[in-house]
Parts: sequence; structure tokens; C-alpha cells
Amino acid sequence: MSKKILSANFDLPDSHALRVYEETGGYRAIRKILGTPGDEIIEEVKKSGLRGRGGAGFPAGVKWGFVPKDTDQPKYLCVNADEGEPGTFKDRQIMEQNPHMLIEGILICSYAVGIERAYVYVRGEYVFQIQRLAAAIAEAYGSGYLGKNILGSDFNLDVVIHRGAGAYICGEETGLIESLEGKKGQPRAKPPFPAVVGAFGCPTVVNNVETLSSLPFIINEGASAYAAIGTAKSTGTMLFSVSGMVEKPGVYEEAFGVNLVEFIEERAGGVLGGKALKAVIPGGSSAPILTADEARNTVLDYEALAEAGSMLGSGAIIVLSEDVCIVKALQVITRFYSHESCGQCPPCRHGTYWLARIADRIENGRGEPDDIDLLLSICPEMMGRTICVLCDAAAMPTESYVKKFREEFEEHIRLKKCPMDGAPRLLGIE
Amino acid sequence: MDKQVAEKIAFNEQSERRYQEALEMYPTKEAALLPVLWIAMDQFGALPTEVLEYVSSRLDLPPVRVFSAVEFYTMFYREPRGRYHIQVCRNLSCTLRGSEQLMGLLEGKLGIQPGETTEDGNFSIETAECLGSCGTAPVMRVNDTYYEDLTIEKLEKIIEGCLGGRSSSELLG
Ligand SMILES: Cc1cc2nc3c(=O)[nH]c(=O)nc-3n(C[C@H](O)[C@H](O)[C@H](O)COP(=O)(O)O)c2cc1C
Ligand code: SF4
Ligand code: FES
Repeated sequence: MSKKILSANFDLPDSHALRVYEETGGYRAIRKILGTPGDEIIEEVKKSGLRGRGGAGFPAGVKWGFVPKDTDQPKYLCVNADEGEPGTFKDRQIMEQNPHMLIEGILICSYAVGIERAYVYVRGEYVFQIQRLAAAIAEAYGSGYLGKNILGSDFNLDVVIHRGAGAYICGEETGLIESLEGKKGQPRAKPPFPAVVGAFGCPTVVNNVETLSSLPFIINEGASAYAAIGTAKSTGTMLFSVSGMVEKPGVYEEAFGVNLVEFIEERAGGVLGGKALKAVIPGGSSAPILTADEARNTVLDYEALAEAGSMLGSGAIIVLSEDVCIVKALQVITRFYSHESCGQCPPCRHGTYWLARIADRIENGRGEPDDIDLLLSICPEMMGRTICVLCDAAAMPTESYVKKFREEFEEHIRLKKCPMDGAPRLLGIE
Repeated sequence: MDKQVAEKIAFNEQSERRYQEALEMYPTKEAALLPVLWIAMDQFGALPTEVLEYVSSRLDLPPVRVFSAVEFYTMFYREPRGRYHIQVCRNLSCTLRGSEQLMGLLEGKLGIQPGETTEDGNFSIETAECLGSCGTAPVMRVNDTYYEDLTIEKLEKIIEGCLGGRSSSELLG
């Protein structure tokens, strides 16, 4: 059975309205904690085991604990709503269907850490979602949930929407901060981490939309109730974005620990057109690919996917059927990383460019026999040696595609063309 | 820049109000750069040199800072686009669901390549990376509106609707 925490309200009429949120128990959590010392809230969130849903899976409470307590500087929260990882489309669902749940999460985090200003960094394309969120923020101000002396307490919080302008790298937390400050979104070297030196030189928490949206449940029901869902180390539920060659693509909430292929079959209707499963990309385009057999033998949680040599990432599951060409898939994603590299680090700037060029020429029938080993020799040179992990995010999947589906690459080079003629056709052309 | 042009480039009342609001959102003036560029895009439709010089003078930033930021972000345009600006996602989930064919159809129908604008100024087309709508692939945006689960019939309807001069939100209505 699927457990609904984040998506419980999604199907209600006017689920985005303050009235509906309040009627279903909304803003109870913030009332409950006002007056409690922030440290106790941080402990509670640590106990819940909640991990970041933006990609890295870092425990939220632990991150908040890094923010210095005795500082004269203001502290900031940056809400990461950049949602750029290819395959991911769940934060927009939260902003569209239940923006008040996010606002209450922002309140809880800000109260616990002692933050008075939160910036929500929303990707520039999400115009409708920005309107929805802005309307909800206005409602929250109107009802005393935001602004000065929230619900009669001495807690103040302002929430500001900051619209991005099209750059995947601004989803990386320090790229996001640079962009917020009015600069190019080029990541900063760490340390110092944002918790100590973040936005405008001040201590800053950066959390994903879904991470924050999980907080009201944790406060209302208690950390142990949350930790009882899922597995021992991957607690709670996650919104999985399922796309690609499946019958029913969409966002599905699930407790951690379910079998990956059973999940695809039971929730997303299985492989499109009853075709055979070829491979699954389990955590967004930055995640190494799993063969169908590997996917059958793994469950959806942070540990299991790491053990399978991939990662849970942002929970974006891209399903590839037997009629998908793996070389084509590599061509598309390497082009993406090459396009999105911010160019600061030579291994990333050059590495992503060459991966894209080589994948492109193999797919287009112009590959040389040496190209496969060339790809494999570039990847290790790109890992673990740059300012941010975009470079690794390009190299890791590339290595996995080539190693696991080497014969498809060889066939392209031998035949001097794509045996599958590139991508599947637009549905309805055929 | 001649004086007449310089005088024409100024925020209108609405933009000026938004500009003042933007300044209040951040602890530094510089941080208002992205919101102010959005305000400028909304009023002027694009960011030609004289607009960028205006923005840099309003924010007390060296012009080079403003220019390099504009170059960095893909949603800021230096030149005007078509009345209907179409962005087709070319990332993985959309490619799997046929976005290359979709782009091919658009190119054929409009007689332009990605990055170009039709002579009458009605349409421009461009590729985009993942638009965060992969569950309804293939996807494109026309101006600020998403069109999802696209098929050939839907595409034809959208283009015809544009030619009929309807606003993009009405196109599928
Ligand atoms: C290249 C790159 C892109 C990223 N894009 C996003 C994004 O779009 N959204 C997001 O929440 N996190 C993204 N992240 C992860 C953030 O850096 C950061 O870990 C996250 O916002 C922390 O929030 P969390 O702990 O709640 O997950 C990205 C990381 C990298 C390296
Ligand atoms: S790894 Fe790539 S994207 Fe990250 S900072 Fe370096 S050049 Fe920029
Ligand atoms: S791949 Fe097209 S919207 Fe994500």
C-alpha cells in the first residue's frame, strides 16, 4: 500500500487554497512548536531521519545543526525549487497542489534555526507555479502565518520568491546562492559550507521543496511515527517522478523499501505497450543506469541503490524499454551536461564537451573503434576533482551506459549507423 | 547611444513600482539584478545594449557585470523573439516520447530552424533542456504556457490557434 504524506491533499478540489489546507489540519504544526526551543525541534527532525530530497540525501536535522547559534549575523533559508535534474517534476506538484504545506515547512525550519528571511529559488520556467506560490504566500501573510509576530508570538518570517532564469547549475546549492546574490550561478568551493558562510556571507540553510514539505507531518505525528515508515536508514516517503517508456507516467508517493520494478508495474502501469524492460535510470539523469535485471533486484531506498552502484538522487525514475537505443540516451544526456557546465573547472568544461562529441558521433554512425575506450578513459579523469559534482554527474552515468551496454556501442560503430534509427517515434506518427 | 534613445529607455510606472519592491527584497542592491532583468524583459521584450546600460546604471553595477549575467542565463534574450516563442524540450524523457519528430514538424511547418524567427515575426523556435514536465512528455512552452502530452493533432491546433491570433492560454481551450 502506498503511504500518502506529501500527496494526501493533491486530489482535493482547491487543494492549493488556504481554507482547504486549514480544514485538513494545516498550520497545526507551527502552532504546536511556537514557544518550544529551536534546538528541541532540530533534535526531533534528526530523530525522524528525514534526508534531503534534492539529490544528496543529507540528513536535514544534521544540516541545521551546523548553523552557528551565537552569531550576530542574520541567517537565511534558501528553498531549492530549481528542479532542474532531468526526469524530475515533483516539486512543481507540491507548489501547484499544496503550496501551504511548503510554507508551513519553511516556517518550521526557520523557527527551529532562528531564520527571519527565506528565499524560494524557483526555476524561471515555472511561471504558473510561481503564481500559485505567490498567491499562497499572500494568503499566509493575510492570516498571520507570515510577517511580524506570527500567531501572536515573537517569531518573524518573510518569504520572498526569487525567479531563476534558466541554468541547471543554479540548482547546486552554492550556484543557487551566487545566483540569488545577482551573479552568474557558478558554484563556490566548499568549505566553507553554506550553513556557515552562505547567502550574503551569512549562515544559510539550503533545502529542497520536498524536504521542507515533509516537516509538518513530522511535527504533527512525531519523529518516531515518521521513522516507522520506510526502512531503517531511509525513513518516510518520497515523491517519485516516473517518466519515459511507461504506461502511466506521473508523480507517485511511496514509502522507501519497495521493489523498483514492482513499483513501476504496480504504480506506473508497467512498460509502455507491454514491451520488455531494458533499463532504468533510478535517480535523475545523473544516476548510473541499471539493467533490467539489476532493477528487478533492488528496492527504492538510499542504501539499496548505492549498493546497486547507482543512486536515489531526486527520485526521478526514467524507464527505458527494449525499443530504446542506449547510445541515443547517452547522446542526449551528455549533450545536456556539456550545455550546462558552468565552465569554471577544466575537467568539467573539457570532459563534458568530449563526452558529448564522442557520444554524438557514435550515435550518428561516425564512431571509431577506439571511441568506446576513449569514453571510458575520460570518465575517471572527471571524477572527484572539480568544484561541484556536475562533472561527476556526467561521468558516472556515461561510464555505466558504456560498461553495461558495450555491445550496443560496438554495433553502432560496426554498422556505421544507429540500428534502431535513433529515438522512438512521436506517439501517433508511426 | 544618442540622447533620444537614452531618454526612451526608462521603466514605466508599473516597472518602476516593481523595481522599488525588488530592491526591498534583498540586503544588497546587486542581488536585485535577476528580478530587475525580468522586469526589463517584461517591459521591453528583450534586453538590447541600451536596456542593459539602463539596468546597470539603476543598480550601480559595472555594465560588464550585467552583460555577463545576461549571457549566462538562457531565459534572458538580447534580441526580440517571435510573438509566439516556442521552446521544445529535447531532454531524455521527451526524446523518448518523440520530441525530435515534434521539432521536425515545427521546422517544416514554419520554415525556420531552432534559433530563428519567421519573417513576419510571429514565431520563433528553440530547443530547451528538461522543462520539469517529463511525466507529460513530449512538452513545449509557448511564451509562458506549457503544452503537454503533445501529439501531431495538438501541435497543429496550437499553431493554427496562434495564427488566428489567440492568446497562448486559449490555444487548447
Ligand atoms: C549540478 C547540481 C544540480 C542540482 N540541482 C538541484 C535542484 O534542481 N533541486 C534541488 O533541490 N537540489 C539540487 N541539487 C542539490 C543541491 O546542491 C543541494 O544538495 C540541495 O538543494 C540540498 O537540499 P536537501 O538537503 O533538502 O536535498 C543539485 C546539485 C548539483 C550538483
Ligand atoms: S564541476 Fe562543472 S559545473 Fe561544477 S563548478 Fe566546475 S565547471 Fe562548474
Ligand atoms: S525531459 Fe522534457 S520535460 Fe523533462
